[in-house]
Amino acid sequence: MDIQVMKVGVVSCSGEEIPEGTLCRLACRKVLDERPGETVTICLPLFIAGGEEERTFAANYPTITVDGCDKLCAAKATEMLSGKPSKSLSIPEILKKRGLAPPTKLRHFGTEEEAAVKAVAEEIARAVDEVLEED
Amino acid sequence: MGKKHQKVVVLPCSGIGKVFGALARETAYELVENVRPGLATLTCLPLLVINDPEAVALVTENPVITIDGCPKDCAKKSVEALGKVVDKAYEAIKFYKEHKDLKPEGIAEVTDTGRKLAAVAAAEVAKMVDELAAGEEK
Repeated sequence: MDIQVMKVGVVSCSGEEIPEGTLCRLACRKVLDERPGETVTICLPLFIAGGEEERTFAANYPTITVDGCDKLCAAKATEMLSGKPSKSLSIPEILKKRGLAPPTKLRHFGTEEEAAVKAVAEEIARAVDEVLEED
Repeated sequence: MGKKHQKVVVLPCSGIGKVFGALARETAYELVENVRPGLATLTCLPLLVINDPEAVALVTENPVITIDGCPKDCAKKSVEALGKVVDKAYEAIKFYKEHKDLKPEGIAEVTDTGRKLAAVAAAEVAKMVDELAAGEEK
């Protein structure tokens, strides 16, 4: 018998050193707030700092990783330490596809960054829908 | 007096689920951008999780201050996982306990009161940055 998937795990790169990390956090948070019944998250460093429950995150939930740069920390760490992600999203690719400029500041996002946050959140939400449909 | 340092690494929480994670980041950004620019240095905590060579070298070769957002202490433990002892570990809630008039709000980013608290916290952490840069042992 198939187990019905209730929630999708969203793992944000959260990169503190780059503006795309802040964009990543804000977009992931937006999806988590708008889709509380269908999404769940984990702090990426908990794959190392946490216990068994955190390390089995990707085994317990189909997971979407969202990365802010080509180092792909979220995708790599999830695969290495928890399980293969169902989908891996890249913020530079999303911004390019949408014709949006990358953010230039680390904090205090406002109206200038609103379109980018919305676009990334939409792509994450679409990926959530696809994963839920697949499962 | 120990070795002097040109950089002191400040590593905040990466969490997007709690206000004190956002406060930890805001404090680190305030340090790096306004209070001790050029001396206080950030790197992405997730880079340590994937053992990125540049990030690992930065952290292992310089003094490190962590600011965690919850008792799970991800930032501190991520550094310790590299075999490095953290020079000073803060939990962001400490700053609120000492300044109850500045209650932070917000999860992915703090709002105005949280920014004020972060400025106060950054001023306190800056003293530690200076001591570590001067090579004073903790």
